[in-house]
Amino acid sequence: MNITAYIVLSGILFTIGCVGVLTRRNAIVVFMCVELMLNASNLALVAFAKQHGNLDGQIAAFFVMVVAAAEVVVGLAIIMTIFRTRRSASVDDASLLKY
Amino acid sequence: MTAFWILAPIMVIAALGILFVRKAVHAALLLAVVMISLAVLYAGLDAPFLFAVQIIVYTGAILMLFLFVLMLVGVDASDSVVETIRGQRVLAMLGGLALGLLLVIGLGQISLGTAVGLDEANEGGNIQALANILFSRYVFGFEVTSALLITAAVGAMVLAHRERLTPKPTQQAQAAQRVQDYAESGKHLGPLPSPGVYARHNAVDTPALLPDGTAAPTSVSRVLTARGVVRSAPALAEDIQEIDRQVGGAPHAGGRDAATPASTTEDAPATGDDA
Repeated sequence: MNITAYIVLSGILFTIGCVGVLTRRNAIVVFMCVELMLNASNLALVAFAKQHGNLDGQIAAFFVMVVAAAEVVVGLAIIMTIFRTRRSASVDDASLLKY
Repeated sequence: MTAFWILAPIMVIAALGILFVRKAVHAALLLAVVMISLAVLYAGLDAPFLFAVQIIVYTGAILMLFLFVLMLVGVDASDSVVETIRGQRVLAMLGGLALGLLLVIGLGQISLGTAVGLDEANEGGNIQALANILFSRYVFGFEVTSALLITAAVGAMVLAHRERLTPKPTQQAQAAQRVQDYAESGKHLGPLPSPGVYARHNAVDTPALLPDGTAAPTSVSRVLTARGVVRSAPALAEDIQEIDRQVGGAPHAGGRDAATPASTTEDAPATGDDA
């Protein structure tokens, strides 16, 4: 049992999430890509827990899930508020600080 | 490892799909595929507790929250293809490719040796072992997490809450407004006409027909019109021809038969709206 494949998969998923954050315009999809990156790191944590034979990695993954849940709740509420005032969920439209 | 080699390509394809699909709902469903596959991988990595938490918290709660917000944000939330910063998409793709190659080559070369395995750590059961660590070494972090969750819940409530600026219209006021509209602009007093009911098609995306054969625009939902999924009269005519072909009867008479009851049913509400 070798966990290298898991780590590589985790790296690939993280990269895809990263590119998604950079390229997508819809704030909700950007958020989903952030979730994808968090999930990728979770996979690495769980795989390393198996590699080293202790459960600290699994605890860390559990904490990541909890923080992700809190983050999603607040983030989606912010997106809702922005959509309510600007009628748009695009990350490019909220640019008032620029001017 | 078998599960890994089956699921890994599925996960990568689904994750790539998130980058390229147009509709946010499809992206959410592809993310669900990735998350459920991850849960199975956790089960294979001796983490049954995280397997359950992944499905319950991520797929069950977080993704449903995403879908719920998508529903509230509405149908016009599709991505625009216009680049705000020129060349950003290409640069992002190139940067992502570079990062991906770096990670894959770098991580592929490390030699970790044989995994120790969790048989010893999981001896009294995975959940019991996790609880032992969580409530001893990580108990402070656990308590801080509860503060974080409460803050997040209160924050979401504050952000999502909206003060009502105008008083809520009563039923009496609505009725008075309706009559006033009728007196001023002649807007129909009653409810909007219902969508078309035909021999072949009976759904909300089919407009009712007015006596002159044109579609009644108020009989279908505004959202469906904005999405462009309203079935047009020519499409219905094709349906009628198809029925004719299946029945094998005279084409013209058959078509008349299928169309007549539809238009008569819709006469009353449609004309009322038209006036």
